[in-house]
This record gives sequence, C-alpha cells and structure tokens, in this order.
Amino acid sequence: MSDAVIVSDARKGGKMALLSEFWDYFSESRGAVAGLVVFVAVCLIAIFADAVAPYLPQEQYRDAFLKPPFWQEGADPRFILGTDAVGRDILSRLIYGSRYSLFIGVIVVTISMLLGVTIGLLTGFFRGAFDNAVMRVMDVFLSFPSLLLALVLVALLGPSLTNAMIAIALIQQPHYVRLTRAAVMSEMGKDYVTAARVAGVGNIRLMLVTILPNCMGPLIVQAALSFSDAILAAAALGFLGMGAQPPTPEWGTMLADAREYVTRAWWVVTMPGLAILITVLAINLMGDGLRDALDPRLRRS
Amino acid sequence: MNQVLNAQNLTRYYSVSRGAFKEAAVLKAVDGASFTLERGKTLAVVGESGCGKSTLARLVTMIELPTSGTLNIAGQNIVGATRKTLRTLRPKVQIVFQNPYGSLNPRQKIGAILEEPLLVNTKAPKTERQEKARAMMKSVGLRPEHYDRYPHMFSGGQRQRIAIARALMLDPEILVLDEPVSALDISIQAQVLNLLADLQEKHNLAYLFISHDLSVVRHIADELMVMYLGRVVEQGTRDTVFSNPQHPYTKALLSATPTPDPVRKRERIVLKGELPSPLAPPPGCTFHPRCPVAFEPCNRLNPALLAHDNSLVACHAVNPPTSTSKAA
Repeated sequence: MSDAVIVSDARKGGKMALLSEFWDYFSESRGAVAGLVVFVAVCLIAIFADAVAPYLPQEQYRDAFLKPPFWQEGADPRFILGTDAVGRDILSRLIYGSRYSLFIGVIVVTISMLLGVTIGLLTGFFRGAFDNAVMRVMDVFLSFPSLLLALVLVALLGPSLTNAMIAIALIQQPHYVRLTRAAVMSEMGKDYVTAARVAGVGNIRLMLVTILPNCMGPLIVQAALSFSDAILAAAALGFLGMGAQPPTPEWGTMLADAREYVTRAWWVVTMPGLAILITVLAINLMGDGLRDALDPRLRRS
Repeated sequence: MNQVLNAQNLTRYYSVSRGAFKEAAVLKAVDGASFTLERGKTLAVVGESGCGKSTLARLVTMIELPTSGTLNIAGQNIVGATRKTLRTLRPKVQIVFQNPYGSLNPRQKIGAILEEPLLVNTKAPKTERQEKARAMMKSVGLRPEHYDRYPHMFSGGQRQRIAIARALMLDPEILVLDEPVSALDISIQAQVLNLLADLQEKHNLAYLFISHDLSVVRHIADELMVMYLGRVVEQGTRDTVFSNPQHPYTKALLSATPTPDPVRKRERIVLKGELPSPLAPPPGCTFHPRCPVAFEPCNRLNPALLAHDNSLVACHAVNPPTSTSKAA
C-alpha cells in the first residue's frame, strides 16, 4: 500500500519535474513568453468572439462609411477601430476573423502533418527505390515557390477557403516528410530499434510505437512554425482573391477589399495587416522558444 | 544434446558501392566461421575493431542472413528458412548491446520495455506480463519502484541490467553479448559479469560473448575464438588458448593485456602498422603484413584453420603448408 503511494508520487514528481524543467528553459526567452501570451489571448478572443465583439461582422451601418479609429478627428465613438467602405465595424470583423485564422492554422497543420509524417515514416523506414521515388516527388514540390504552387492548386480546385487550406497543406507537407524521414533514419540505426526487432516486434509497431515517439521533437517545432506560415499563406491567397471569399471576415480577404481605399482611409488596410503581423510574430516567437526548450543542443547550461 | 547452435562456414559479404563509375567492392565481414554453442557454456569472440565480431552477432541474432554457410538454431537451418520459421526462432536468441545509453527506448518506461517482448510474442494477459517483468527485475537486481521510471533516470550499470532483463524476458536459449561491459566502469563491470554468470547458471543459457578485453574473456569464457579481418585465426578452449597461444596474432593480443603483477616481466609483442582496409585485404594470409614471423608462403597462400595442440590455428608458421592444405 505504502509502496504504491510512493511509486505514484515518484511518477507524478517525474512528470511535474519534466514540465517545470521545460518551463524553465522556455521562459528563459522573454520573446517566447510574450508570444505565448499573445497567442493565448488570440485564442481566447477567437473562442469568445460572440461575447467580445461589439457587433456582428456582417452588420452594416449605413450612416458610418469609412469612419476613422477613435483617436482621429471625425471618429464615430461607436466604432473603436473605425468602419470599412460599407459601414462594417473593423474591430468586430478582426475579432471574428481570428477564428478563421486559427481554424486555418489548425486544419492546415493537421492535414500536412498527418500526410507528411506518414510518408516520411514509410520512406525513412523502408528506404530503397520507393524512398527515392517519393523523395524526388517531394523535391518537385519544394522546387516551386510555395505561394505560386498554392495559387496553381487553388486555380485548379477553384477559389474557396477549403481549397486554399488543402493547397497550403499540400505545399507544406514535404517539409514534414523530410524532417520525419531524417529523424526516422537516425533512430533506425540505434540499438533499441535492433533490440525491438530481435524481440520480434513487427514493422507497424516498430514504426508507430518504437520509432515515431522519438522523432516528435523537431516535428512539434515545425508544426508551431508552419502554423504561422499557414495563416500568412491563407491571408495571401485571400488577398489575391483565391482564398476566403467576401464577405467572410478573413484577414487577407479584408485586406483585398480595402485595397482601393489605401490612400483615403489608411485604417481599413492597416488594421487587418497589423492583426496578421501580431499573430504571426507571436506564433513564430513561441515556436522559436519551443525549439530552444526542446533541443538540448541549444540549451545553455 | 546440449548443443543449441551450430554454424558451419558462416560468411557474410557486403557489397559496398564506391560511386557510379567503379564496380561495387565486396567486404568480407565474416569469412568462414564455424562454431557451436552449448547450454551453460560461453563462447567468447575476440578481436580488434572491424574484425567482424559484431557482424557475427548480427548473424546469430538473425538481424541479417548469412551470405553462405549453414546456421542451425535449435535444429533448424535459418538459411533459406521461411519468415514464419524465423519468427518462431527469434525469441530463442536475444542480444545485449555494448552501449546501454542507446539500447533502451528513451520514451518507454522500464515496465513497458520489459513487457514488450511478451506483448508481441505471447498472448499473456497484462497482469501476467507485469508479474513476469517484476520477477525479472528482481532477478537482475533492480528494485520494484524502478518499474515506472524512464531509462534516463538510470546509471550505465543499471541500464545494462535492464537490457539483460529485457533479453531474458522471452526465456531465450542463446544470449549474444556484444561487448556488454566495455562501456561500464571497472567496478560495475565485475557486478554485471557476476550477474551474467549467475543468470547463465540459473537459466542454463548459451552465451556468445563478444569482447576485445581479454581479461574479461579470461574470467567468463569456456571456449575462445580469435578473429582477424573477418577470419577466424585461432579457436580452442580458454585454458589452451590462454596458456598456450599458437597464432602470432593471439600471442600479440595476450601480451597486450595488462596483468596485476609488477614482478613478472612480460615480453610485449607490438604489432606493426594498422589494420588493413577490409575492402582490400592483403593477399595470402591477411595478417602477414603485420606478422612478426611471416615468411615466404604467407603472402600468397591463405592458411586454413587446422588442428594443432588441442586448438584450431590458421597459420603457416604453426601448420607448415603442404600440398594438401592449399586453401583459397
């Protein structure tokens, strides 16, 4: 009885110790913590958009076209960040837009990671002609400028947010393939894999249970960093009219709508741009911190 | 019959690509080794790095299949055996590696590491697996609370105990020990060697003990096999080889082993030169460029492994070449 208590305590202590060690390394970088704070804030705003946003994103106020933000002359106190050309509150649209951005990030990272890790695991594990063939295809993917390739894919599939996400996932997936393949190949040479083979562990269990968990470090970092890439690429596609279609309050699409008012009403373009900048920057800072904390070689003693 | 493994003329060649414009080279990692393993006995394989010791371990554990020769494990030849036969034979041979830091999966707890062989090979229920794992931990000298810990929480000696425990989970007949103590401190080496000796007695195991440390080999071996560049140069019982080494390479190896006796003067035989590239072994006897007693036939005739004074020796100086012993 007392033995069991000690055992469970030790286990808990181990997990907590690991977590607190991770936090020590992570919090060493102020940028990473700031990024985390901003990212959590964006997540909360996205989740509670209905409660936070003063208006609905599609709601038009015919008496307030292109009103400037509150600190400028001629501002309408109802609209803190002003209104766009058809009288919609920009703040509300940004708040609802954060949902789209995070949704894009999550979906794109999930699809590309699932696809990329599966292919990478198979190629790294079986090697040979199959590996060669697959890697050359991946090289083709990587040899195009990524946004151009995404544009071509969307042009083929038809412009919509869903197709934009599929296209971005497809262009991001070779990065996961390469990372996973490299990690799998280096793990394959280690004795514990041989020992598992000698013990009779089959290929599938060897791949999923023995090798994959040991390859997760770089993949987590890549997922964090490509999250922001996905948001950026989706915004770019939206701006080019190939992503989310108006009147969706997606940040890139908002930019595209506001293009013609750049000289007359700076806030219509600047606000969604700032939203993209702040979110992407926060996630990148967080990703860098994550990499430093997870990679023992970058640790300062 | 106590014999659990019988290898005849075992060879393993690798073809090594040397770029697109050269023909692939053949690397003879193991070239014609014949030996048997018996229950409760230890065969030690000795030689310097790159002599084929570890390839031999990979052959015996069926990680790789031999290029030619026969390898009988528990009466079944694994050369040309079906996948199914190999699967049933696998649990009979287990391995312990040199580096205890690379041989345990860092993401698995000790309990999971020990239970995995049972999980994939038997239909034993969870409670039974746990029971066996805990019993095995006890018999290799680990404490019960270690069950829930990760490998990085252990020292090298403890990790090697875990690796030994894992190897024994399937009740193997043969245990391949690939330099099991060379990565450990001297004091820990003795503990692990004693543990291995106890376990051998308890489970009646056949050991294939691979080492370059002759003082360890002297302690644990029954039979001895000395390898040089993939070939067996001398083979015999421990006592004959240690007391009366025949092959000049064996003599040099023995003379290099430190003895804790300051009075005894030893004649140190220092070998000239480096180990030749196994891709381009010297003609004739592969040892002749470094051999202190090399003479005329050594650079053209490869000596066969022949009986001499209770042991088998491959050397022209020991077994002078006759017309009948013209080996390839």
